[in-house]
Amino acid sequence: MKKFTALMLAMLMVMSLLAGCGSSKPAADASTIKIGMSGPLTGGAAVYGKAVEAGMKIAVEEINAKGGLKIEFQSQDDEHDGEKALNAYNNLKDWGMQFFAGAVTTAPCLSIAPTAVEDNIFMMTPSGSSDKIPMTGNNIFQMCFTDPNQGASAAELVAELNMAQNIGIIFDNSDDYSKGLMNGFKTKAAELGLNIVCETNFTADNKTDLSTQVTQCKDAGCDFVFLPFYATEASQVLTQAAKIGYEPTFFGCDGMDGVLTIEGFDKSLAEGLVLMTPFNPDAPETQDFVSKYQAMMNGETPNQFAADGYDVIYAIYDACVAAGVDGTTAPSDACEMLKTYFATNEFSGLTGSGMTWDEQGMISKIPAAVVIENGKYVALG
Amino acid sequence: MQILQYLINGISIGAVYAIIALGYTMVYGIAKMLNFAHGDIIMVGAYISFCVTNYLGLPAFVSVIAAMAVCTLLGILIEKLAYMPLRGTPSLAVLITAIGVSYFLQNGAQLIWGSAPKNFASIVPLKPVFLAGGELVITGEVIVTILASVLIMVGLTLFTTKTKIGKAMRAVSEDRAAAQLMGISVNNTISMTFAIGSALAAIAGVLLCSTVPTLQPTTGAMPGIRAFTAAVFGGIGSIPGAMLGGILLGIIETFSKAFISTQFSDAIVFSVLIIILLVKPAGLLGKQIQEKV
Repeated sequence: MKKFTALMLAMLMVMSLLAGCGSSKPAADASTIKIGMSGPLTGGAAVYGKAVEAGMKIAVEEINAKGGLKIEFQSQDDEHDGEKALNAYNNLKDWGMQFFAGAVTTAPCLSIAPTAVEDNIFMMTPSGSSDKIPMTGNNIFQMCFTDPNQGASAAELVAELNMAQNIGIIFDNSDDYSKGLMNGFKTKAAELGLNIVCETNFTADNKTDLSTQVTQCKDAGCDFVFLPFYATEASQVLTQAAKIGYEPTFFGCDGMDGVLTIEGFDKSLAEGLVLMTPFNPDAPETQDFVSKYQAMMNGETPNQFAADGYDVIYAIYDACVAAGVDGTTAPSDACEMLKTYFATNEFSGLTGSGMTWDEQGMISKIPAAVVIENGKYVALG
Repeated sequence: MQILQYLINGISIGAVYAIIALGYTMVYGIAKMLNFAHGDIIMVGAYISFCVTNYLGLPAFVSVIAAMAVCTLLGILIEKLAYMPLRGTPSLAVLITAIGVSYFLQNGAQLIWGSAPKNFASIVPLKPVFLAGGELVITGEVIVTILASVLIMVGLTLFTTKTKIGKAMRAVSEDRAAAQLMGISVNNTISMTFAIGSALAAIAGVLLCSTVPTLQPTTGAMPGIRAFTAAVFGGIGSIPGAMLGGILLGIIETFSKAFISTQFSDAIVFSVLIIILLVKPAGLLGKQIQEKV
């Protein structure tokens, strides 16, 4: 008897769950599209997730204030963890998400992408830069450069501005991001006939002391050193070079954004440092966004992650308006319409103008670089 | 000329390893335990120095003294709370506790100072010396680190051989029970060892971060392991051995990075270590002790 009751109760619960499924999705409102995002809002990588989330919220507020097609936005915390990211994605799907504007970091992107392909939900990551992400399927788009493409555009920029005679490269051999950039740079540099005279690396385990690598570049007579890694290691290289009186042109990628905000770092060491960053918070055209961001985030200056997030929302919104997608369009149909739209149209935003996407969802935009002068970013060129 | 520059770089990082190794060797030699948290005390020392100079705006030498004071207290506290209750238990228990303390310190630092790395401005005011028309550079940090390591080594040797406490330490090291019977307080002696070892760690932390500026909660971990290797290499328990081991390790590491491969430098360093230990199991200057059966 007890068993029977338990069975009945279990069946009732299952039925109520099923019933819940049917009724939990309210009738879609044609005037509002639903965009979901997941990113690390807590934990070690929270600085990136929070920046993207704030950038996206600013874009959503602006769009909703305009009237016309509105956006309902929901963000989920994935703690930079693949498994949690997949849960976040599924929660968003239950909520009725039509477009997925995430994830923020590479590993969660890679864990969500196969499911997004299966669901045929349009996904555009603001900042997951591995080329494996768009390669997962043709409905996965990127707002940032893939690592090899960024490396290649760095080489093009160097050749175009004739910045280097003898090039040195120091890279982190234990990091996919760094290796991707380095390979892209090297391949393009060879094509363009740039002269690489020194190539050296470090790994996560032996990066305490980078003096050997800096000395190697100095001995090889490099007047230009490519540093495809993050701000922390870059600050070490800059300090070490200053100590031994070595002053080549140092050139970094978007990971170096933030070098000026490292606590205790002597900013004068970064004078003359060139870095590829799609977003310049000191440029006049970004001031409106910068002030809105500062109002939202206690006066913090936005980085490129915030700008990438902002652009993703606008790109999806513009495409929806142009392609006639509204709140009642099924996610899979909306995905096809956006894919068609992005195949032929370009987008201009905070992180560049005239951006286009290829059929794989990889972005192509004019690389922007800045040089640090008097502790501020100044557009290069 | 190139070789000389790498040699200087090697000695520079080697001298930092040497100071850390001196702390390891002190504690091992007297308390007969591997204090794996030593590397993390270095990190705490560097953070204290960073805070004193950056937040309180006090001069560098005050920050070093503050770092030494805090680390000394921390060392004694760790010994009293974590290691003393385990005296007499198998050495494996103490070893695992030490690893636990190491994690505790790293995570505690992350809680207090955050995980974002800080840039440690060098506390050495000396200008670099340029030789051979600028081709050879000896930075102020190299000079200070080498001087400090030599001074510490000589100081420690004199301390353990000439002073009363030093003699007590050696007595405890040789035979704990007999020392106790002679009226030496084993607990006080071991506390003293931890105090000295931790004060050295503070100096090592400040010099390490002056040489390589990145300061984060894991800063002490890798150099700690290397310095432990250096201590074993030179003969653990031996004070000149730690010094020699540290400097040699720094030079081998830098040379293998410069001339063989940056990627395999660790493999090369540790292969050399294994070979040395096969030939001289007690390390370069270690005493061969016959185990009595």
